[in-house]
Amino acid sequence: MSLLNVTNLTMDFGGLRALDNINITVHENEIVAIIGPNGAGKTTFFNCITGMYTPTSGDILVNGTGGKTHRINGLKPNKVTEKGLARTFQNIRLFPDMTVLENVMIGKHCRTKASVIGAVFRGSETVQEEYEIVESSYELLRKVGLENSVNNLAKNLAYGEQRRLEIARALATEPVLLLLDEPAAGMNPHETKELDELIVRIRDEENIAILLIEHDMKLVMSLSDKIVVMDYGKQIAQGTPTEIQNNPEVIKAYLGEDFA
Amino acid sequence: MKLLTSFKKSFLVSIWFMFLTFPIMVIRVNPIEEIIEWRWWNMLLVGGCSFVLSLLGRYFLEKKELMAKRVADSGVIATTFKKRLFEQRAFAVPILIIISFAAIIFPFIFSTYQTSIMTTALIYVVLGLGLNIVVGLAGLLDLGYVAFYAVGAYSYALLNYHFGMGFWAVLPIGAGLGAVFGLLLGFPVLRLRGDYLAIVTLGFGEIIRLILENWNDFSQGPSGIANISRPSLFGTQLGLEANTVYLYFIMIGFMIFTIFVVNRLQNSRIGRAWIALREDEIACQAMGIDKTRTKLNAFALGATWAGMMGVVFAAKTTFINPASFTFLESAIILSIVVMGGMGSIVGVIVAAFILILLPEYLRAFSDYRMLLFGCIMVVMMVFRPQGIISNVRRTYRYGNNKGQDINHRETEEV
Ligand SMILES: Nc1ncnc2c1ncn2[C@@H]1O[C@H](COP(=O)(O)OP(=O)(O)O)[C@@H](O)[C@H]1O
Ligand SMILES: [Mg+2]
Repeated sequence: MSLLNVTNLTMDFGGLRALDNINITVHENEIVAIIGPNGAGKTTFFNCITGMYTPTSGDILVNGTGGKTHRINGLKPNKVTEKGLARTFQNIRLFPDMTVLENVMIGKHCRTKASVIGAVFRGSETVQEEYEIVESSYELLRKVGLENSVNNLAKNLAYGEQRRLEIARALATEPVLLLLDEPAAGMNPHETKELDELIVRIRDEENIAILLIEHDMKLVMSLSDKIVVMDYGKQIAQGTPTEIQNNPEVIKAYLGEDFA
Repeated sequence: MKLLTSFKKSFLVSIWFMFLTFPIMVIRVNPIEEIIEWRWWNMLLVGGCSFVLSLLGRYFLEKKELMAKRVADSGVIATTFKKRLFEQRAFAVPILIIISFAAIIFPFIFSTYQTSIMTTALIYVVLGLGLNIVVGLAGLLDLGYVAFYAVGAYSYALLNYHFGMGFWAVLPIGAGLGAVFGLLLGFPVLRLRGDYLAIVTLGFGEIIRLILENWNDFSQGPSGIANISRPSLFGTQLGLEANTVYLYFIMIGFMIFTIFVVNRLQNSRIGRAWIALREDEIACQAMGIDKTRTKLNAFALGATWAGMMGVVFAAKTTFINPASFTFLESAIILSIVVMGGMGSIVGVIVAAFILILLPEYLRAFSDYRMLLFGCIMVVMMVFRPQGIISNVRRTYRYGNNKGQDINHRETEEV
């Protein structure tokens, strides 16, 4: 079953066509990678499907939480998250002055429901909910290997740890599809290898499909079931890692005319 | 060497001040005799004072940095008075008992006048705590908070004047109207951020005041509404003196209620969302938090408290007019929040007492009130930009003890 179905997606910024007729499908339990040079429109694509931007035309269909198909063009980002898409950011966006645990607890917000009244009276239901939020958040932090930093402030984490915290926070929203924007950027080879394992584990253990933007070719080739290549807002190729490696168009975009 | 440079810098500061104040402090034109008086003494005075003050400032700043470095070097976290106050029960409980005892006997020891001043200070404590939800927790700079205070005050004054409704009946109505106005203003403006939000809320505050001033049929204009009833105790009206004491205890009750509610809110799912919203709006939305709704919640709740305090204020003074609700009021309440330390309950309480009680007891200096106010603000921003009590917030911590799978919270300085 397809989780995400993007057809003919186009996004214009004034005169600039940042996305031109993009078609991407992500199936259950699939890891799909988007690659392409800087400025190709990869982050813009993420912003369009997560509701940060409203696309100029095209359809974004999600078979998310609840089993129904939703068209999510122009929905607010928080609504998109409720439908089951969660994301991380290319330039990390944590809540720096909150603890690591609290950062993940924020991710639980859209799956819990204590209101102002509930918070003031703090009935047994609210207490129970709070308890579950803390426990499940801690469990997620353990999964990404941050259990020793739960009580630290997010801003005091090392770079690689911040990236993993972002993933834990996104997982807390209970997504069906996880969108990772350059998760390995700035990581050393050891950290990248751990990330590789983490991503596979998320797919296998949580049954969450993954759509990721990445420049680290080794990571992309080893992880992905499918790769989409973008250049200047256009989708120039799509296929399995081997197909992409031997595609002349891709080699041209990456290495220049002469090598084609 | 270091001494020499700080002397040099202070010297330059004093020269600059002498230059700046030259036209007003030195030259005096006497238009009758058409002569110019040169008051060089004043220049020396300005120069000397600014030199000494600048030197003192430098000395204290240096000392502060040195202390911070020493603490960082030694690797141990100094148990400050503050930390002990918040973390150790054995320390906090006796202090709380002493404070409550003092609060209870206060009106029976001091005069009606003193009690009345204290009640005013308590009103500002609650106003500060209310605005603290909006500014301190949710990070929405609201410069028109006094508008909701006015809404509460006028709802009691008008309902009392026209229909003879009593204090306790109007209290929830005032709170509700405050919330409604909060939502009414919040809905259109909350898509704005930072400076823009500040300007629009400032405008809103002035609009409410101008309406009250000019719509004579509705609000009786600048002359205001007099003879508002004082609150009754089980249906009986008290004398002036007893009533002052009664209002004092009503306000003590309000303060406890407010602290309780704000404390619970900030340690809840809603409070966490406010704090997260303050930190990063975009990340917040991506995590599924409804930005508009969460902001509206904060705005309406803050306004509710202002509405309630408006009712109390009208009942206390028995006379209100639009002049009580100028921008200066908003500025004072905001100063309380900023000075107390954004988001910190104890800080807000301390700051409210300082800012409201000091001017009352320093009536002799009333001419210099605004000057002093400004000076305190500048000094605060230089030495303690984080406020008196720097955002002591309970952070959620996970109990890491093996085998003990419960989570508990501790107080942590952030
Ligand atoms: N909000 C925006 N307004 C105008 N242009 C934008 C905006 N966001 C992205 N762009 C443009 O869209 C193009 C694609 O950018 P981006 O998606 O960030 O690339 P990538 O993530 O692939 O490196 C760039 O030319 C960029 O300047
Ligand atoms: Mg990008």
